[in-house]
Formats: sequence, C-alpha cells, structure tokens
Amino acid sequence: MPKVKITVVENGFDKEIEVEVPEGSASWTPPSESAVLGKRIVRLDAPEKVSGRAKYTYDINLPGLLHGYILQSPLAHARIKSIDISRAEKMPGVKAIIPLDKKEVFYHGDELVGIAATSMNAAEEAGRAIKIEYEPLPHVAYIDQALAKGAPQVFSDRPNANPKPETRREGDPAAAFKGAKATVTATYETPVICHVCLEPHGLVAQWNGDDELTVWASTQGVHSVRGDLATALNIPASKINVITHHMGGGFGSKFGAGVEGVMAARLAKKAGAPVKMMMTRRHEFHSSGNRPSSLQRIKAAADADGKLVAWEIDGYGSGGINGGAGYPSPYVYRVPNQSRTMRDVFTNGGGARAMRAPGHPQGSFATEVMVDELAYQLGIDPVEFRIKNDPNELRHRQYRLGAEAIGWANRNPKPGASNGAKKRGMGLGACTWGGGGGPSTPVTVNIHPDGSVEAISGTQDLGTGTRTVIAAIIAEELGLQPNQISTKIGETRYGPSGGSGGSTTCASVSPAAKMAGVFAKQQLFEKIAPKLGVKPEQLALRDGKIRVTQGGPAGKDAKWDESKTISWKQAAARLGMEEVSARGQWIPGLSSSGVAGVQFIEVEVDTETGRVQPLKVVAVHDCGLVINRMATESQINGGVIAGIGFALLEERVLDRNTARFLNDHFVDYKIPGTYEMPEIEVIFTDQPERGVIGIGEPPVIPLGGALANAVYHACGARIRSLPVTPNKVLAALKGLRQQDTGL
Amino acid sequence: MKTFEYDSPETLEETFSLLGPDGEGATRPLAGGTDLLTLMKADIVSPDRLVNLKRLGELPSGIKETGDGVTLGALTTLTEIERSPLLRRRCPALTEAASLAATPQLRNMATIGGNLLQRPRCWYYRNSLFHCWLKGGDDCPACDGQNQYHALFGGGPCYAVHPSDLAPALLALDAEVILKSRNGERRVSLSEFFALPEEGRRTETTIREGELVTALRIPPHPEGTRSTYLKAMDRKVWAFALVGVAAAVRLEGKRIEEVRLVLNGVAPVPWRVREAEGELIGSEVGGELFTHVSETALKGARPLEHNAYKIPLLKTLIRRALETLTETEVPSG
Repeated sequence: MPKVKITVVENGFDKEIEVEVPEGSASWTPPSESAVLGKRIVRLDAPEKVSGRAKYTYDINLPGLLHGYILQSPLAHARIKSIDISRAEKMPGVKAIIPLDKKEVFYHGDELVGIAATSMNAAEEAGRAIKIEYEPLPHVAYIDQALAKGAPQVFSDRPNANPKPETRREGDPAAAFKGAKATVTATYETPVICHVCLEPHGLVAQWNGDDELTVWASTQGVHSVRGDLATALNIPASKINVITHHMGGGFGSKFGAGVEGVMAARLAKKAGAPVKMMMTRRHEFHSSGNRPSSLQRIKAAADADGKLVAWEIDGYGSGGINGGAGYPSPYVYRVPNQSRTMRDVFTNGGGARAMRAPGHPQGSFATEVMVDELAYQLGIDPVEFRIKNDPNELRHRQYRLGAEAIGWANRNPKPGASNGAKKRGMGLGACTWGGGGGPSTPVTVNIHPDGSVEAISGTQDLGTGTRTVIAAIIAEELGLQPNQISTKIGETRYGPSGGSGGSTTCASVSPAAKMAGVFAKQQLFEKIAPKLGVKPEQLALRDGKIRVTQGGPAGKDAKWDESKTISWKQAAARLGMEEVSARGQWIPGLSSSGVAGVQFIEVEVDTETGRVQPLKVVAVHDCGLVINRMATESQINGGVIAGIGFALLEERVLDRNTARFLNDHFVDYKIPGTYEMPEIEVIFTDQPERGVIGIGEPPVIPLGGALANAVYHACGARIRSLPVTPNKVLAALKGLRQQDTGL
Repeated sequence: MKTFEYDSPETLEETFSLLGPDGEGATRPLAGGTDLLTLMKADIVSPDRLVNLKRLGELPSGIKETGDGVTLGALTTLTEIERSPLLRRRCPALTEAASLAATPQLRNMATIGGNLLQRPRCWYYRNSLFHCWLKGGDDCPACDGQNQYHALFGGGPCYAVHPSDLAPALLALDAEVILKSRNGERRVSLSEFFALPEEGRRTETTIREGELVTALRIPPHPEGTRSTYLKAMDRKVWAFALVGVAAAVRLEGKRIEEVRLVLNGVAPVPWRVREAEGELIGSEVGGELFTHVSETALKGARPLEHNAYKIPLLKTLIRRALETLTETEVPSG
C-alpha cells in the first residue's frame, strides 16, 4: 500500500509519521459520481435544534446548581486599593466569593470578583454588598485620545503606541505618485464591533471529588478549554472532560476557558456544588472580545490605464487593552510601490479577540473604497478596474459572474443618476482567506454487528454543521445515508482535536473522516469476505447494499453477481463478535488552502432621510470541494448578514469622557434584523479537484466596502467611515450640496 | 435588580392604599412592565414593591367610541391599538405610531398608560453608573458626550429625548389623559400632562404621586381631519425614533383650516411646533409652503455636537407628512 507522510503532535511536539493508505483512496469521489457529497444535506441535528431539544450549555441544570456572577469594574481605569467581601459573604444564598488577584483595572467592565449563589439575583445582590475602594486613574477611549500629546498611558510600562514603528517599503512610492494620473488621499475608519454570540460565553463546572472535573462549555475549542482549566487549576488534563454538544456562536471569541470559566471551576470547588457561569449580556459585551477599530490614512494612485501604481498607508488600530489590531492593505490588489506603517494603539476598552476573518474586514473596507474612488476619478468601470489590479484569476471569473447576476451592465454608471429622492446604486468588494486543514483531529468509525455506525471525534460543531459533514463523508464511503451515521463529537474524551477557528475545521476533519471511512470499509471487507466465501477486493458498497463481483476486483467495469448482493444489515451481521473500529487521520491531498470571493450589493438610499436599504447581495465564492451545499450556502448567508451589520449598524460606543461602554445592550447596539436582509444569491465556483477548504470567514469580509461603494454609486455620497448611518449619509450629502452651490 | 414584593390587588381602593404615600419610588404600579422592568434590571429604579394593575376590573379597558370621541383604557396594549379598525378610521396617526413602535412581542405587553409614562432611553440615564441630573445628579453627561440621539429643543439641564411614538400622535390628535387617585378623577390635556423636567420635578410628566393613568380620550374631530405619523430609525424596525413627526390636518378645498404638528425625538417631551402650525393655518397647499413651514419648525433648534443631522431629517419628515395629508383635496362645504 502507498504511504503518505503526515505531521502529528506527540507530547506537545510535531512529529512526522508515515501512514499507509489503500490504493486510490487518497482522492475524493468526483462530484458526478458521489451519492451524498456536494448535495443539499439537511443538518442531522436540525430536528433537535428546531424543536428545542438540543441542549446548549445554558440548558444544563444539575441538582444543587449554583449561579455564578462576576462583579465588574465601573471605572475605565483605576487602582484597586481594597476589596471587602465580608458583608457579602454573609448574605442569604451566597455560597462562595473569590476576588481576582488584581491591583489595577484597565477598562469599564474589567473583572474583579466571582460570586456563586443559589440564584442570580442573590449573586448580584452580594455583588452590590462588596465594598471596593478605587483610586481612579486617567483613561483614553479612542485612538485619537490615546495618540494625543501627553495622553494618559493605558499601561504604565508601555506607550499607548509604538513611537517608532517599522515602515515597510516596496518599490519607490514617491516616484510613482509623481507620475500617476489619479491620486486620492483619504482617511478611513471602522469602529470596534462585538461578536454578539447569541449564547453568551460561559460554562457549567461540576467536580467529582478533588481532581475530577466535568465542564459543559459554550466553546469552539473543547481541548483549549480543557488545557486552560488544567493549567489554571493545576490538575491533570486527563481528569477533565469538556463537553460542547451544541453552542450558540463563537466567531473567534470562544477558544479558552476565560476568566469566567476558571472562576466557575474555582467557585464550584469552594462551594462544593456545581456552578453555572454564563455571562450576562452586558458582561458579554464588555469582556468577551471584539473586532478592533481601525484608522487608516491612505494615499493611493493609479496610472491612466487604471493600474494601481502606489499605495501609502499610515494605519492605526485599537484592540483596547489587547494588541492584534493590524489589517491587510492594499488587501487583494497588486501595487508595485508601497509604503506601510501599522500601529496597534492601546485604549481603555475591553480587549479584542479574533473575530471572523481577523483584520480582513477592516483592511477590505478601506482598500475597496479607495479603489472605487480611484476608478471613478479615472472614469473606469469599477469592475474592470479591479480586474486590472487583482492578480487572482479565479476572482476575475467571479467578478464577471457576480456582475452578470446583479445586472451590473444595466446600471447607469454615473453616480446619483436615478431620479427622485430614493436612489439605487451598486458596489462590490473582494476577499481572500486560507481555510486549510491539518492533522489535528482524527476520526474513529465503529461498525457494529447490528449495522449501526458511529463516528467519534474530539472536534466540536460551532454551528457550522461539522456533525453532518463527518456523517456525510462516512456515509459516502460506506454507501449509506448521513442519518445512518451516529456522530459523537464535542467532548474531549472523544480524542484530540484543534479548535474550530480560522475556517480550518472542515478541511481538517473531512480528510480524517474520509480515511476513517476508507479503513472501516477495508476492515469490514476483510472480516466478512471469508464468511461470504469471496475475496475482500470483490466487495463494493453502494445504496445500502453490498455487491459481490463474479470474481474480479470491484470497480467501475466489474461484472457483478447480483444473486450474492446482500443488504448492509445482513453484511454487518456477518461480523459476529468482531466489530469494526477504524481510525482515520488527516492526510495531504484531500484538502487545500486559499479561497477567493467577490460580493456585489445593490442598495436603495433615501437621500432625504439618509437610510440605506440593502436590496440584493450576490456572493460568489469558492471553497474547493463542497461537502454540504446547503450548509455552505447557510455559512455564506450568515457571513453576509454579519457583513451587513458591520456595514450598516454595529458600533461599540464608549463615552469619550469616561471611557464607559454606553451601548452594552441590544437597544442601542443594533444588529441587523429581518428587514435589513437583502435577497442573497450565492454562486459557487466549485473546484473539487482542490479538495476541502474552509468557508467560514471569507463571506463576512467584503460588504463594508461594497455597501459604502453602492451608496456612492446611488447618490454620490462618499462614506469613509463605518457604519453607514443616516447621520453620515446626510452629512455627506449636505457636503455635496454645499459643493454644488459653491461652484 | 433588587428583590421586591409583589401585590396584585383587584380593586382600585386597595391599589391606592398600596400605592400610598410611603416614600418616593418605594412602591410602583406595574402594567405591561416593558419599561419599568428594564429600569429595574438596570438598577435605575429599585422599588420595594410592585403593584400589579392588570387584574383591576375597575380600570376602563379596550377602545370605545362614545359621543365624546374615542376612549382608550390605560391597559390597552399597543397591539390592540395597532389592530383597531376604529382607530385606523378615526386616527390613523395613532395606528401608524403603534405599528412603528418596538416589536410585536413588546407591543403585546406594552400598555398605552405605561407608554405615556415611560422614561427616556438616553444611554447615560439608563446606565446606573452615571448620576445624571435626571436621576438627581448635578449635570448632563450627554451635553458634551455621545449626544447623537439627544435633544434639539428644550434641552438643559436634561438633553434626553422622549421615547414614545404614540405620545406625539396623541398630541396631534388633541388627546386628554384621565387620572385617578384617592381624591378622585382629573382630566388634563396631553400638552399639560407632558412638561419639561425641572428642578423640583425631574420627570417628563405632571402626574402626581398616588395617581394612576386610567384612560385616554381622543376628542371627535370634524369630518375630513387626517392624521399621520412618520418615524426615522437607523434600523428598519425595533428602534427608538431618531426623529418622528405626527401631524393632523383638516383641509377645506386646498386651504388648511386646522393643523397640529408634533415632533418626536427632539426634546425631553413631545414637541409641538405652534409657530409652524400658525404658518399653515389659512394657507393654501402648494408652492414652497411645506418647505417654509419645515424651516420655521426647526428655527429654534440648538444642535449639540453630534445630532445636527436630525434637522434635515425632520424637515424631510415634516414635508412628507404634510404632503401625504394634503395630496387630495377635500371638497369644500
């Protein structure tokens, strides 16, 4: 049998090993021949979810369960002089109080004291009874405040921003600007936005004795939660089982146990009872991460042919008390002469975490608007302008497909050309992402003599349909239907797995599931062939049946002995006491990395009220081989919805004077609703030959820029700051009118 | 939220005795709870006791037409208002306002009495960490803060805006409020019911301690009176108004005989613009009339740092509301 080399993690170190794979198995069945893969597969857990039977962490109730609560800082920056919990400890219903070891708080909402009580209300009341003495310190809420001369420092041992950042240069921007036909200088801004997981962060912790812990966590990484807990609590990882059967959204913010998770376990131990610690919505807004803001000063130029010749960016971003606020620029476009400076800026705001395509939505917004500005200035069609400057050939095809679907050719290219107060316009943006897989997550397949099949893996489903992906792949391999595979995932005891982030889950798990199916089939054939009086290679599985050849090996051109065909159940029964159990690893060749995407949007702008209504989005994407077409479309729809939120509504508002979070609730932090939803048309440019690639992040990226460009095309108002609110549209239109009368 | 006692009396007498004079805010009446409970959860008010009004048989209920106009019981829900064919016929502004308020779930719970008494949605007021003037403090943090949703008129010391969509519509419809207390019943016009908060009364209404709103009465309007409510939001639904305009107009031929024009989202109380009304009365519809009137209506506006966009927005809504109401002539005589 041929061998392939793969890297596995052993005792914390990468190790290269060789695994044997059966001839011909290291490639996917072509879509034209597959029975299951690439079709529209209803999620296996859909009935559970829509009927409310699916148990999320929030739904876990145990006898004697206590409610956990974390008291947060009311100040954006302060030294903690003392914490007095004596009165709170004596309050009715209060079972445990643990102050965090902190000398200083750095943002409004910074966590201070954990409380476990018999009810949430009792816990909150205890919180009110805790006396904390603060020494208020000066603070900064926004990038401009943090960069001002003499600004207060967020951290006493570091400046708010690197005073001497590195400038990366390619080519000769200064010379290129001199020879350019069109030059635009503009400042673009995107706000901090929050993940808004509908199920907040949190977990339920239950101790069994002193060192055994069971945890139900809302997480996208059961193993990283286990690792965090083992380290923080100083117990062996082998004694912890983390369970996530269903979870309500993570978007990059739910990898670790978090302050709240470790606190829940500590409180549970101290109180001698299980503790449920789910963040309140307010706590969730404050402390569970966010997408950093950006402030992008860009000067860019193109020549008369519409080729970008120079790009200069002085970029800033703030992830509050965390770094990681960088973003790509000029994103997907090729510019020969560049100068880029990027600075992370500390502010007294909740810390950023990875959020669906970290950095890309910010970089895409400014890049796409700038590119649009140059295209209009040169009088070049924005689609053609992009094709001239985008080196990716697949995207060239996607631009054409998207333009066709949205009716780009029918539009009047002149901005603001339509009559009346309500004007329509179109815009677009591009995206790229990795989404590759790796050998983090093996899958085991067991076939029982009663014909039932289970697939077991330590991965988790963060809502993308991983359970169904695994079942579908194994079903394809065994000639069964996905609902015949019982998939057990979302527990650390099911084996190792990486976290579900970076759009890597599908590309990591699918090859492992495929190989598990291949090996299971091989074992099954080896075990039952002697009992059927044939050779293993004479057997084939399809449509719930086992077929036997007349003598030669099974395959496309085989001659079948139909009299020997038996059902799957009959075949499994021949196993007798010998169950099949096969483990599959990720191998190269079944997945790859690097996707392309383009989104177009048509909007209607009411130029008298400033309201922007999205009418239609065309989302053209590729993700290699599509496993479940319906779930992939859902994934793209979800990305578009989040993209509309970023483009149109979402913004964390801190009070400039106190750095307090003002809209830490759904009344004022607005997420899109049904009425903001346009018609969404998803177009796939399948590339099955490349294998599986993730699609989680790319669809969230392009709409910020695409929508702002569509608003410009509709009414001539150039919006360089997200979200595109009525306020900004009216201000931009007023600016236009002043220009008009000034001429 | 502080723990509290809960009573659910069945008679008004018992209710009044429970509401009794036992200190400010200690006992609060509870109807739909869509405002009060959010205030309690945010630790803005912390009553010791809630007195449920929903089991009071004596409160007038529902929407009724009498010789004296239309009466709405205080416990009438926004959903009932939205769905009432009578109101749709008699006072469309109210129907439209109800259908644009909040969400269907909230409208099922929210009552018209509570709607008039709801407190501002100012994000400083709603945050217990800011001891703003309206909550007994010294100043208004919105004044030099994040004031994109704040007042253009009547601001200072408080710059919050009134959150109700129905109140401006009711003002445009010239409604009055019926209040009851131990001492009996009194009726006040809505224009007196709402009053800018002041030093001795840091609320938006003149309701007295121990009083309950029991009903609203919309007087009969002469044949041909039309009304409408327009609302601008930053999301299509489920948002408090950036601004709103309620208007009621009676035309004869092309001449405007009577008009009431009320702005929303611009002041701590619904804001009637009488000078603009004056320009309309007796004028013939057409030409630049509505543009002039919208200028007049916004003449005294004093925008803060971030809310000047409300001015063009209001001008548009005023013009659109008046255009809608005067699109077709009313045959004179």
